Amino acid sequence: MLYREAGQFKTNYVADQAIFPIRQDRIGIAVILLIAFVAIPYFGDDFLLQAVMIPFLIYALASIGLNLLTGYTGLLSLGTGAFMGVGAYACYKLTSVWPDVNIIVWIVCSGFFAAAVGVLFGLPSLRIKGFYLAIATLAAQFFLQWCFVRIPWLVNYNVSNAIEVPQRKFLDMIVTGPSATPIARYLIVLTIVVAMTWIASNIVHGRIGRMWMAIRDQDIAAELMGIRLLRTKLLAFAVSSFYCGVAGAMLVFLWYGGAEADTFNINQSFFVLFMVIIGGLGSLLGSYLGAALIFGLPILLRILPDALGMPMHSATIEHLSFLVVGALIIFFLIVEPHGLARMWQIAKQKLRVWPFPY
Amino acid sequence: MRLKGLMIGAVLGVVAGVPALAPAALAQDSIYVPLFSYRTGPFAGSGIPIANGMSDYLNMLNARDGGIGGVKLAVEECETGYDTKKGVECYESTKAKNPVITNPYSTGITLQLIPKAAVDKIPVLSMAYGLSASADGNNFPWVFNPPATYWDGLSIIMKYIAQKEGGFDKLKGKTIGYIFFDGGYGREPIPLLEQFAKKYGFTTKLYPVPAAEMQNQSAQWLNVRRDKPAWMIMWGWGAMNPTAVREAARTNFPMDKFIGIWWSGGEDDARPAGDGGKGYLTLNFHGVGSNYPALKDIEKHVLGKSQTEKEKFAENLYNRGVYNSVLIAEAIRNAQAITKKKVVTGEDVRKGLESLHITDARWKELGLPGFAAPIVNVSCADHNGHHAAYVQQWDGKKWVKTTDWITPMKEEVRPLLEAASKDYVEKNTGWPKRTEACTDNK
Repeated sequence: MLYREAGQFKTNYVADQAIFPIRQDRIGIAVILLIAFVAIPYFGDDFLLQAVMIPFLIYALASIGLNLLTGYTGLLSLGTGAFMGVGAYACYKLTSVWPDVNIIVWIVCSGFFAAAVGVLFGLPSLRIKGFYLAIATLAAQFFLQWCFVRIPWLVNYNVSNAIEVPQRKFLDMIVTGPSATPIARYLIVLTIVVAMTWIASNIVHGRIGRMWMAIRDQDIAAELMGIRLLRTKLLAFAVSSFYCGVAGAMLVFLWYGGAEADTFNINQSFFVLFMVIIGGLGSLLGSYLGAALIFGLPILLRILPDALGMPMHSATIEHLSFLVVGALIIFFLIVEPHGLARMWQIAKQKLRVWPFPY
Repeated sequence: MRLKGLMIGAVLGVVAGVPALAPAALAQDSIYVPLFSYRTGPFAGSGIPIANGMSDYLNMLNARDGGIGGVKLAVEECETGYDTKKGVECYESTKAKNPVITNPYSTGITLQLIPKAAVDKIPVLSMAYGLSASADGNNFPWVFNPPATYWDGLSIIMKYIAQKEGGFDKLKGKTIGYIFFDGGYGREPIPLLEQFAKKYGFTTKLYPVPAAEMQNQSAQWLNVRRDKPAWMIMWGWGAMNPTAVREAARTNFPMDKFIGIWWSGGEDDARPAGDGGKGYLTLNFHGVGSNYPALKDIEKHVLGKSQTEKEKFAENLYNRGVYNSVLIAEAIRNAQAITKKKVVTGEDVRKGLESLHITDARWKELGLPGFAAPIVNVSCADHNGHHAAYVQQWDGKKWVKTTDWITPMKEEVRPLLEAASKDYVEKNTGWPKRTEACTDNK
């Protein structure tokens, strides 16, 4: 009933190939954007913006980045955390050398540094696949983290070896540093994430995305069809690392407000990888769903006992949340290995024929 | 298929539910004191006794005196797992309930909260940890780190070493090793160590231990065996400490030449090494054991009801937690005295911290006679005080105090600290100027 398509005729190819061919979807996405851009900043409190929405969006962007590489091109990477770190450190260096340039320009530009590093560590991907590539990217993770710890130049010789985010303005509005309001940060994060999702969606639906998917499905066949493997794979590494780099820069500048090298450790990589797997490989929507589940569930579990009037000790909740999240991951992998995005597809299919399924 | 339907419902519920359950504000007739603790994760070994000590003392005040000045304390723990991300989340979730003070209990989290403190008007008490430079009250009016900074700790260790060697001039040509947690915490003392090395003519060897390798230090200790340093200094935390003590014993390093900072002195840090750990030294700035009236009160009112295990009661790190809570309680009490209000705010407690003054007589009144050195040097400009510490030694079963109180070399530490503080402010453009009036009672 919700998805009654009767009467929606497509009279040209453009309409037929649209990303959201059904009118209800277009309305839905408009409503979501309206909520995100208007309702949440208007009604949300600091906790919602600062501790829930901003991190969720940043992780969603990182998941999109990893999804482009792992989900669309089929190259498994365990270096996501390190690539995010490259973005963060690049942004910090850029803004300390040229403090007058708008910080948002630097946040986006830091992605190029991450992309360059990503390409470098993506070079082995022509020869090796699967587990072996995972090990190669793991090397990137360890090597880069070593650099973050050992090269004091990266943190401007800070005694604590940490990035301390300076105050920067955008249109006379403080957007980084402690005086920045959560609303300002949130709107910037949201704008960047929405814009980059739109670009990602165009990439994966276009020629490049098809090349990536061809390689993922059967790389020899792709090569025979004239797709140049090295270039395409490196392009995937570059675009993926670009996204991760921007996410990393936002994580430090618009969320944490400062970071130690340990922020970008192997756990960060796994965290994003879980989001991609749970959300659904090869789906942009899945990246959002995965980030919401993996990041949001522990927060919900932490708030839930109090909200239900069952005060529980904080450490008990923490153990409980480990248990529940772990169990859920296994549960999802068994029941729906294609992730939350596939579940949404099934649900949509059912809604289309409801209430008279055939 | 029904299972999938359930799952879809559950997922939608989660996505929709997160924003709906924002934390509710607490009742206004109590003083809200959040404690960031970590009873999980790789640092739980050190985190559990501290969390116990902190919450037990405050809960004892609630049970014995009905709070502070007749106002109950709403003590709530927030689990950080020593993870900066969760720490920041804890901060955001507790902020809505009007906390009067923040205890980050992790250097990483402290670094995140230092800039926020002035904006949100919630003082940060990073007791003998965090950013050493934040002891400069002129630039960091909202951050307090008494009784001593890491740099003070290092200077006390140097004094002790010089004393054992027979004077600072005897250090010339010697090698002193420094094994440290490879992060902000362990790296902070290095500039001062190098300054000492230059001044007294000894060489330093650095042995960094990365966070991932805390429980595997064989490489570092192999190097120690090769370099044969005369002394080893350690800046460790969590699982790094017992591993280091065990490895030192295994490489036959003389344990009475191995000295750790106050954060490397838990019973559980030295105990696992067995007999090999005998003689291991660490700094400390408070008493160990339950032989104090206040701790007896905890035993009477709280123990058994709290999470504290009876056999670990009043051990070193537990008492560290108690010490931390005494500072919190005294700050709140001062704030009440200054403002003549009962329910104080973060701004009031900031004033209370700045006028922190615990003399020997006051320690006695608190039921902790001789528990710690008097805290008398905290002032408007000096948010640390650079107080004395002593060296304790592991005798195989318990910690034994082996020296008298040793004062830090303030004349060495203070210039370095002020330079670091200036540097911090310069690098953080737009750092707010101090606008808060001085409230020290001297």
